[in-house]
Amino acid sequence: MSEMQSAAMTSSSAHAHAGDHPSNLAHHFQSYEQQRESASLGVWVFLVTEIMFFGGLFTAYILYRSRYPEAFIAGSHQLDVMLGTVNTAVLICSSLTMAMAVRSAQLGRAKAIAGFLVATIILGSAFLGIKATEYHHKWVEHLIPGADFHLEASHLPTSHGKPVTSDLPTGIVGESRADVPLPAAGPKDIQAHTQLFFFLYFGMTGLHALHMIIGVGLLAWLIRPSLQGRFDGNNHNYVEGIGLYWHFVDIVWIFLFPLLYLVGRHG
Amino acid sequence: MSALTDFVEPVEEAPEPYEHYLNHKYGLASWLLTKDHKRIAILYLISVSLFFVLGGVMAVIIRLELTTPEGDLVQADIYNRLFTMHGILMIFFFLIPAIPGVLGNFLIPLMIGAKDLAFPKINLLSWYIYVVGGLFTFYALLAGGVDTGWTFYAPLSTSYTNTPVITVALGIFITGFSSILTGLNFVVTIHRMRAPGLTWFRLPLFVWAHYATSLIQILGTPVIAITILLLAAERIAHVGIFDPKLGGDPVLFQHFFWFYSHPAVYIMILPAMGVVSELVAAFARKPVFGYHFVAFSSIAIAVLGFLVWAHHMFVAGISVYAAAVFSILSMLVAIPSAVKVFNWTTTLYKGSISWETPMLYALGFIGLFTIGGLTGVMLATLGIDLHVHDTYFIIAHFHYIMVGGAIMGYMGGLHYWWPKITGKLYPRFWSKVGALTIFIGFNVTFFPQFILGYLGMPRRYHAYPNEFQVLNVMSSAGATVLGLGYLIPAIYFIWSMRYGKDASANPWGAIGLEWETNSPPPVENFDEIPTVTWGAYEYHESKVTPSLPPPRPKGEVVRV
Amino acid sequence: MSSATHVLPLRIYFGVFFALLVLTGTTVGVAFIDLGPFNNVVALGVAVLKATLVILFFMHVRYSTRLTGLVIVSGIFWLVIMVGLTFVDYATRGWLGVAGR
Repeated sequence: MSEMQSAAMTSSSAHAHAGDHPSNLAHHFQSYEQQRESASLGVWVFLVTEIMFFGGLFTAYILYRSRYPEAFIAGSHQLDVMLGTVNTAVLICSSLTMAMAVRSAQLGRAKAIAGFLVATIILGSAFLGIKATEYHHKWVEHLIPGADFHLEASHLPTSHGKPVTSDLPTGIVGESRADVPLPAAGPKDIQAHTQLFFFLYFGMTGLHALHMIIGVGLLAWLIRPSLQGRFDGNNHNYVEGIGLYWHFVDIVWIFLFPLLYLVGRHG
Repeated sequence: MSALTDFVEPVEEAPEPYEHYLNHKYGLASWLLTKDHKRIAILYLISVSLFFVLGGVMAVIIRLELTTPEGDLVQADIYNRLFTMHGILMIFFFLIPAIPGVLGNFLIPLMIGAKDLAFPKINLLSWYIYVVGGLFTFYALLAGGVDTGWTFYAPLSTSYTNTPVITVALGIFITGFSSILTGLNFVVTIHRMRAPGLTWFRLPLFVWAHYATSLIQILGTPVIAITILLLAAERIAHVGIFDPKLGGDPVLFQHFFWFYSHPAVYIMILPAMGVVSELVAAFARKPVFGYHFVAFSSIAIAVLGFLVWAHHMFVAGISVYAAAVFSILSMLVAIPSAVKVFNWTTTLYKGSISWETPMLYALGFIGLFTIGGLTGVMLATLGIDLHVHDTYFIIAHFHYIMVGGAIMGYMGGLHYWWPKITGKLYPRFWSKVGALTIFIGFNVTFFPQFILGYLGMPRRYHAYPNEFQVLNVMSSAGATVLGLGYLIPAIYFIWSMRYGKDASANPWGAIGLEWETNSPPPVENFDEIPTVTWGAYEYHESKVTPSLPPPRPKGEVVRV
Repeated sequence: MSSATHVLPLRIYFGVFFALLVLTGTTVGVAFIDLGPFNNVVALGVAVLKATLVILFFMHVRYSTRLTGLVIVSGIFWLVIMVGLTFVDYATRGWLGVAGR
């Protein structure tokens, strides 16, 4: 019994192995590979939580767009396609510079990492600047959801001179076979429904912008350790992880852009 | 008195003092800045216990009020706040974090032969986030509490109530991140930090259960997070997303809310099921029957649990076709749970049963969870649900699962692993008294509620027709016994930390890597990571694994 | 083998970069042409294609473990569950012809 105990008991020299454990390998990991793969899996699992987080807003968007197509067309037309496209291009460039930063980290090139990080920060900030301009336009035009919201009648989209309407009665998706006919969409409804569009616009792009701001902060945080030569082929998990985060935020925008800016643009 | 405190292998003399995780460092900073998963588990133990007491106090007042048909103890408005805060505190601040935070944190690295979780600093951050969220909610409680029900449906929560909804919602939002980070930590740990030779199908079922729980935490919790943000936006700016006057749909709130909150109940029960698997194997001295089925059933529960949420909304105004779809799916989710119950029962058959306290809790779990689960299948049936929705039948159903199931699982786990966690033994006699008191108190409290609900007594009402009084008084009497029942372990656990006998490395003679280290374990768990060549529950007498204690021959009577 | 040790040649990064820009131009251009219901299909399809390129190459998933791929697929699948099952309700409302069902 006591033999078992002493066999099971670890020696008091719990720190005996500390000497042969490199300082950039955490004490509970057995190898760089284990540390790297754990970090990578951890970041990916976190990104899955972000998919579900944004997913709620996408669900609401899909629901209300299918219910109020003309209001969503009206809302989308208030957005500036030019600025949206430029922003998309800016983000794509920032993804390239981010990927370059990660590549430099793999190769252990301290100055290159820092340079690409700075480039990404500049591009990310440009995106945020353009976004701020757009938000300002919306504020001036009374398109912020809330008590002050008002969509000018002259801004309602028209097709061949007539206002754009949809065949669907307001309120439900699909045909109603009920005997009770639904009231047709009145002008107050278009205001309310377009407000929903703008709520989703600000909600989704706002949440996205918040993620961008956090991303820029994280990138800035990486610059010093990069210049100190902390990242190399064995250990660059922070750069790669933040890179994954940045690309994810880019992917969210890749979906937001057509869904918000390009609704009913033809005709 | 000594015979009453001895376990399977009574310790004749105190073991030589050695350094372990409790005496390794002293002082507040060494606890509040620890990265050791074992200390973080203790931090969780303290905080979840505090929230349990708080939620319990609300329950006491509720049951007191309900002894009389009139609403005479508290006003209706106060009563609304009581049951709301009871639900919020118990669900978000006790049931969801308890087993993963306390037992999962402590045991998973030990069970898989690792030195810590994959991300120890994030583990500590999880606890701090949980505490901050709890403080927000506690502040809201002091400010009068919320009165919307823990489900805080729109439009009451968004437009009409004057209570601190956003504060509470913020508290839950913040605590949700704790849940997400814990789940993330467990998933990465179980994938990447298993000892050499420890294949997936050699893992203890406790680990499988926590893996499945973590999947739910990762995939579901973000949705309640965004729901809370939408709720706050609606409440602050009245944008109309849930307001029919502005084109919104209040049922959309319910879809979002239940998309998380239904899987959340599986977050609460799966870890307890993992505990029960361990207890049943250890105290029947048999491998769990159908190991693969039990392992996969955990994953199945996690997956299927996401497909059934609208069964909370049968009367909310969803389409009849959706109701039918969700009804069928809800019946399907009962199947993997039933698989577990069958397998545990079969494990007991021809086992070498010992009636230790953890086993009493495990047996209680199996019986009470079965009742709770079967009534769940009844509720999945549209016709029945229309009749008993929002009545005491529902309350009885979920309390059977949450209290009769999850909390008994938690208590069983605490009793089983207490010697490992603290290195102390608790008094055997009083632990059995406690278990029995809880079991009896629980049933007297909640079984009458099934009848009450079926007879039509609505939930969330502080006054009721006279004919319901007898059953209500019975229920309140049971609640008193139940409350006393919880007090008994609280007392002897605290007593044992000072006056309990020292525990050996393996007081139960059980099989598992956690029993290979001393009680309490050393800081780094294992000096050398073991190489595992054996299955999870190798209680067969024919197999001999050198580093484990020799298996006991069948039929040997274990001395009290 | 972990992706971190695999350094991709520059031409892959630049190739994906140019493809992304071209696809962006495409999606904007197509938006101004009336394709009826296919406008939505094209818009979403292009977005999915762009996202796939970013995931496979910028995020190194092409060179990562199968577990990484499984994690991503699960995430997308769960989003589909959330949207899909919610729409089992919304798309079938009113089918019964009874008010409120």
